[in-house]
Amino acid sequence: MSIDTETARKVAKLARIRVEDDALPVLANEFNAILGFIEQLNEVDVDGVEPMTSVTPMRLKRREDVVTDGDQQGAVLTNAPDAREGFFAVPKVVE
Amino acid sequence: MLDLTYDAPAPKVIAGATGDWELVIGLEVHAQVSSRAKLFSGASTLFGAEPNSNVAFVDAGMPGMLPVINEECVAQAVRTGLGLKAEINLVSAFDRKNYFYPDLPQGYQISQLYHPIVGEGEVLVELGNGTARVVRIERIHLEQDAGKSIHDMDPTMSFVDLNRTGVALMEIVSRPDIRGPEEAAAYVGKLRQIMKYLGTCDGNMQNGNLRADVNVSVCRPGDYEKYQETQDFSHLGTRCEIKNMNSMRFIQAAIEVEARRQIAIIEDGGAVVQETRLYDADKNETRSMRSKEEAHDYRYFPCPDLLPLEIEQAWVDDIAANLGTLPDDLKGRFISDYGLSDYDASVLTAEQENAVYFEGVVAKSGDGKLAANWVINELFGRLKKDETEITDCPISPDQLGGVVALIKAGDISGKIAKDLFEIVYTEGGDPAEIVEARGMKQVTDTAAIEAEVDKVIAENPAQVEKAKENPKLAGWFVGQVMKATGGKANPAAVNQIIAKKLGG
Repeated sequence: MSIDTETARKVAKLARIRVEDDALPVLANEFNAILGFIEQLNEVDVDGVEPMTSVTPMRLKRREDVVTDGDQQGAVLTNAPDAREGFFAVPKVVE
Repeated sequence: MLDLTYDAPAPKVIAGATGDWELVIGLEVHAQVSSRAKLFSGASTLFGAEPNSNVAFVDAGMPGMLPVINEECVAQAVRTGLGLKAEINLVSAFDRKNYFYPDLPQGYQISQLYHPIVGEGEVLVELGNGTARVVRIERIHLEQDAGKSIHDMDPTMSFVDLNRTGVALMEIVSRPDIRGPEEAAAYVGKLRQIMKYLGTCDGNMQNGNLRADVNVSVCRPGDYEKYQETQDFSHLGTRCEIKNMNSMRFIQAAIEVEARRQIAIIEDGGAVVQETRLYDADKNETRSMRSKEEAHDYRYFPCPDLLPLEIEQAWVDDIAANLGTLPDDLKGRFISDYGLSDYDASVLTAEQENAVYFEGVVAKSGDGKLAANWVINELFGRLKKDETEITDCPISPDQLGGVVALIKAGDISGKIAKDLFEIVYTEGGDPAEIVEARGMKQVTDTAAIEAEVDKVIAENPAQVEKAKENPKLAGWFVGQVMKATGGKANPAAVNQIIAKKLGG
C-alpha cells in the first residue's frame, strides 16, 4: 500500500488538521514509512495466536450502575469558546 | 406452551409503469438502554435535566479521561439478546467510529463493529389475520449515544447539550426480511414490546429513546426468493438508508415514498445510488444527506482505552433464569390456560400492565374468558372514554374481579353488572357489599319469581290466551316480570317458569 499526496490530504481533512499543500508530500512519505513497518509485521505468522490486548492478566474493569458524577455545568462549559444559557454555542450546523 | 402457527404475509406490491415491484426492508433500531448512569461514566441518564448538567468529564471528551463500563448496561444488552432468542457472545470488544460533529466531543463514538455482544436471533412479528413474519436479527451491539444540537434558538448559532452524550444505546440490526411499510412498523412495535417487558428500554419514541434507520430497496417479484435461497444480495436492488426516524407513522410513510422514488428512477432508465437520506415529514419526501457522504469514512479501529468485554456463561445463565415472561409466551399461556382467542390474548398482552391487571381480575373471579370480556370491552372502553391509562385506573383488579365473580356466581345479571361497574368505577367500594346494600342481587328464588309470574298472568288474561296460541308472545311476559323486579330476576329462571305456566 502506498499513500500519495491526495490520500494524505484526505486523511488530514478527516482528522480536521490543517496541512499546507507543500507539507503534504513529506507527510505522505512518513505514512509510507509507518505502513512499510506494519507490512513487515504482517509477515509474521500469527495463525492460532490470540491477540494480546494487555501485558498484565487484567479483566475489563466495571462500574456499578450508580450516579456518581455530573452536576457541574459550569466546569464542563469553562473551556468553551462560547456558551449561552447552559449550552455550548457553535456556528450553525443544519442538515 | 401453545404452538402458535402463522402464515407468512404477502409482500407489499407497488404497481409501476413497467410492471409490479416488491419492497425489501432492513432496520437498524437504536434503543436507549434503561440504566441510571451512562455507558462509560457515572453521570445520570435522566431526561429533561438542565442542559449540560448530566455530564462527566469522560462524556465531555476531556483529555486523559478514561471510560469505565457500566455493568448493568451490559446486562441489559444480554437480556435484550435473550429476549430475541439470540446468541450471546461471551467475548465482545469496543471500537472507535471516528467522525466530527459538535454533539460528539470525543471525536469518535465507542461502538462494537467487529465483535458485538449479541449475535443472531429472531423475532416473530404478528400482522393479524393469522399471519406473522419471522424477522432475523443479525446482531445487537452496545454503543454511546450522541448529544443534542438545537438549531432554532439562535439565527446563526447551534446550541449543544451533552446530557445524552454517552448514554448507552443498543443498536439492533435486522436482516432484510421485512417486506412492507406496515411490517416495518409492526417489527419496531414488537421490539418495543419485548424490551418494555424485559425492562431494558422504555420505548419512549417521542423522547427519542427508540429510533430507527430504515434500509429500503425495490426488486421484481421473484427476485427476493432468489436472494433467500442464495443469501446473495446481488438479486436485490440498491438500497438507500433513511436515517433517524422516531415515529411509527413516519417510518411507514418514509418507506412508501422512498420505494416510489426508487421505482420512478429505475423506470426512467436511471440507477439508484446507495446513500443516506433524510425523511421530511412536512413535504412527505426523502432527500439526500450530502454532508454525511463525505464523512462516511469512519476509520474504525479497536478502542485502545477498553479491554475486550469478557462475560461468564454462568452470569448469562443467571440473567436468563430471571428474565421474566416474554410477551409471546404470556400470550400463549393466556390462550391455553384461559381459552382466550388469539386477538383477545394479543390485546391483553400488548402492554405488560394490561396483562398484570387482567390476571388480577382472573385471580379474584376465577373466570378467564369472562374476565377478558370485561377488561377489554367494559374497562378499556371506559378508560378510553376518560383518556385514562390503566396505571391510573380508578377500579382495582380486585374490584373488577369482584364484579366478574358476582356475574359468574349468578348473583347479578349482565345488565345490573354494568350499573355496578359504573358505581364501583366512579364511587369505589366493594362490589359484593354494594350489591347487598343497594338490593341489586339477582332473584333466583323460584318461589319469589313464581309469585311475580302468577301476578302478571292474573292481571293479563287476554295476553295469556294469545300466548297460548302463539308461544312467541311469552317474551312479553318475561319483559313484564323483569320490569316488576327491577331487572333483578334471573332471566333464565323467569323464562323457564313462564314457559311452564303458559304451556300448563
